[in-house]
Amino acid sequence: MQATTQTHSQEAHSHEHHHDPGFLRSYVFSSDHKVIGIQYGFTALVFLMFGFLLMMCMRWQIAKPGTAIPLVGGLLENFLGDVAKGGVMSPDLYNAFGAMHGTIMVFLAVVPLAFAAFGNYVVPLQIGAVDMAFPRINMASYQCFAAGGVVMFVSFFIPGGAAAGGWTSYSPLATIIPTQGQTFWLIGMVLLITSSLLGAVNFIATVIQLRAPGMTWMRMPFFVWAQFVTAFILLLAFPPLEAAGILQLVDKVFGSSFFLPTGLIVSGKPYDVSGGGSPLLWQHLFWFLGHPEVYVLILPAMGVISEIIACNTRKPLWGYKSLVYSVLAVGFISFIVWAHHMYLTGMGTKISTFFQTTTMIISIPSVIILTCLFMSLWGGSIRFNTPMLFALAFLPMFGIGGLTGLPLGFNFSDLHLHDSYYVIAHFHYVVAPGTIFALFAGIYFWYPKMTGRYMNETLGKTHFWLSLLGMNLVFLPMFFQGLYGMSRRMSDGGATYALVDTAGKVNPANEGIVTALTGTVMHLNVFITHAALLLLIAQIPFVINVFMSMFNGKKVESDNPWQATTLDWQTPTPPPHGNFTKEIVVYRGPYEYSVPGQTSDFIPQNQPDAQPAK
Amino acid sequence: MEIPYTAKPRPDTGLYNAKLGIWLFLASEVMLFGGLFSSYILLRVGADLWPHGMLSIPIGTFNTFVLIASSVTVVMAWASLKLGNPGKFKAYMAATILCALGFLSVKSYEYYVKFTHYDVWFKDDATAEKYFKAAYGEKGTEETRKQFVERFHLHNTKATYDPAQIQLAGHIEGNPLCTNLKKLVGAKQETIKFTPDAPLGSHEHPHAIEVKLSDVQRLSSYVPAHSTFFAIYFTITALHGLHVLGGAIVLAYFLLTVDKWWKKAPEQFTNRIEVGGLFWHFVDLVWIFLFPIIYLL
Repeated sequence: MQATTQTHSQEAHSHEHHHDPGFLRSYVFSSDHKVIGIQYGFTALVFLMFGFLLMMCMRWQIAKPGTAIPLVGGLLENFLGDVAKGGVMSPDLYNAFGAMHGTIMVFLAVVPLAFAAFGNYVVPLQIGAVDMAFPRINMASYQCFAAGGVVMFVSFFIPGGAAAGGWTSYSPLATIIPTQGQTFWLIGMVLLITSSLLGAVNFIATVIQLRAPGMTWMRMPFFVWAQFVTAFILLLAFPPLEAAGILQLVDKVFGSSFFLPTGLIVSGKPYDVSGGGSPLLWQHLFWFLGHPEVYVLILPAMGVISEIIACNTRKPLWGYKSLVYSVLAVGFISFIVWAHHMYLTGMGTKISTFFQTTTMIISIPSVIILTCLFMSLWGGSIRFNTPMLFALAFLPMFGIGGLTGLPLGFNFSDLHLHDSYYVIAHFHYVVAPGTIFALFAGIYFWYPKMTGRYMNETLGKTHFWLSLLGMNLVFLPMFFQGLYGMSRRMSDGGATYALVDTAGKVNPANEGIVTALTGTVMHLNVFITHAALLLLIAQIPFVINVFMSMFNGKKVESDNPWQATTLDWQTPTPPPHGNFTKEIVVYRGPYEYSVPGQTSDFIPQNQPDAQPAK
Repeated sequence: MEIPYTAKPRPDTGLYNAKLGIWLFLASEVMLFGGLFSSYILLRVGADLWPHGMLSIPIGTFNTFVLIASSVTVVMAWASLKLGNPGKFKAYMAATILCALGFLSVKSYEYYVKFTHYDVWFKDDATAEKYFKAAYGEKGTEETRKQFVERFHLHNTKATYDPAQIQLAGHIEGNPLCTNLKKLVGAKQETIKFTPDAPLGSHEHPHAIEVKLSDVQRLSSYVPAHSTFFAIYFTITALHGLHVLGGAIVLAYFLLTVDKWWKKAPEQFTNRIEVGGLFWHFVDLVWIFLFPIIYLL
């Protein structure tokens, strides 16, 4: 009875203050964490598709170098001019697309989706908070992100095109390319970094300050832990890249030489700068972010997966405490492994040895996390719905990605594998069928909470099986290409170094060279491009599903359609401004599934006593 | 809907939200400036030559004290509010903002001086010696060499440098801002009137000399493109200056809205001043590190 009165009085209260805020305030300039989460999610999905399409153009060029790209070739020529003359991708355009594919996928698609979108939407709900600690800063965070996205997107259309120095923007290359693409890239990055900084401060403050009564640290869902550690990584690893970005911007705009060494020769002429800078400095600053960034990509995904696995196996996560300590360990160690990206820079064998050691050490907590998730499946009564399928596929896919990273972490084997397609295959296994599958799982899982309707299962399962097939057909052959010595970043897909090109023509210049790429290796280029096309087609059911289910998806039967324990499911559907209609007090841990002796197989965190739920 | 702990601290953490927020923000700022300071160290360690005494220590010391004073006044402003005295708060906060503006004015003056001060390098040894002699008389080459040794602290090294590697420092007639050889040649100028700096141990400037631009290898004012030292100097101090400016704007906003806020939410307003003050101390602290590494070392 008391609860009812409270609800009513709260509703009356909120009615007083809520004169209809209007469309702009509710959907565009909203400070509500759920709206901001959805804004982030939607923008990130658009960029995810955009980044993928850039890659499709590049894949065509790799498979059939020098031929016009079907369908979009004319469009590219119209918008971008001579770099796509006759619909054929020029090497310059290939470089720009390559650099922007990486940038967009990492900074505008996966991180915003994994951290900002899911984090914003789910974290306050899961800890029983009414909103983020600083709602207006949260809004500013999204606006900075959107501005950064616009700057990056616009850079394609400026004279000379977008940044073409790779997503890592190594100086001197990135600085001496005479166009302004890199300047746009740097300004865009500064905006994105500001955005993630504001977000990170907000997340940490929210988790520390706004947990509901009774929500102790060890009662937090693992997803919250993962996001919490991610926020710390963003908070502390991103600023050095911002510093590096500022220095490179000064190099580019004011002609200084932070990253330009003395005696630099460009196109046969001494480059007119004071010199005295250090190209290695850029790499250190970049990878000081760049490596922790890998964990920013993967930790939220692991968080999503653990929620879905616990709920869909109907049993507690195996080794919750090990998971928490491991994620903390990963977060900490991720700051001291960065230079394993730099074995070939000549920084010295002692430093290589140090970073090789820390790299091997960080694989331990990562493996603990993955093992705990695998063990959680044991003895569970698994529901094979779409979110769970994606979650289950994540485990081996991330496993492949992680284990193939070990040879790259040893500096002797890295000598051979460095900068080859093997590297591409390795980190794409981590991020694409790894993180992105986890994100798909999350979308299918929380969609009913966001909209009040389920996503279509048939379309979902089609999406899953085709994607799983597509991902593996795309990335598995790349391991072999890389082992065979095919270098990444080649705009002709390696034709210059091939004995036989993809069209079957023998290149007499490479005859008799043992290391020349063979016809089989080259032909994989064509195969992978076809597989990428399959992957593109596989996303169509997903796009249809997202939009169609909004209107005619099956309605949820209750506020807790998956019978989950965490607080995000104890809200109305969709949650209103302020999230909870009743006072939330937490009495138990996050994963009380199938507790022996109970009639219900789950006990929500806010249920006071251990009596059977009726 | 009301977010808890915006004014009162949460019992188990002992913090209100904004205080935690600002400490987290400052942690990231530490990493930002830490990145820049590390870059400074790495660049300096790897440099062939690193100049000394390029900046005026008295001016820098003055500015250091201005900032320290502002840190004191910002605490007093906060304490005044804690004691329930918004009148005194206004006086102290105004003093803080005046200090900030004073600091920025002095910094702008320092920048201006650097932007109009030039180094010239000549095409070859013979040309260089010719101009050195025109500038400082018969012993011109020794004089510029002495200036070079002094600037780069080469007293104890055996390294020798050719006259063409040695700069002639001074001012261009008309005090143009941040010009360089490319711009001058582009403006169809063939010669410049150049007043060399006073010789070591003296304050008397030599007479202006005529310099043919065709004899010049490189000409640069003291801007980021001049050398790595100036590049890092301008980058860090400008970023620090932006922090001072941003902080001053926020503090000025507090000063202008104190009457309204003091009536509406005194506790929350006092918290805001505390948070603003924390940021201000941080900005001060960055300068405390900057001053020795750039002015003194």
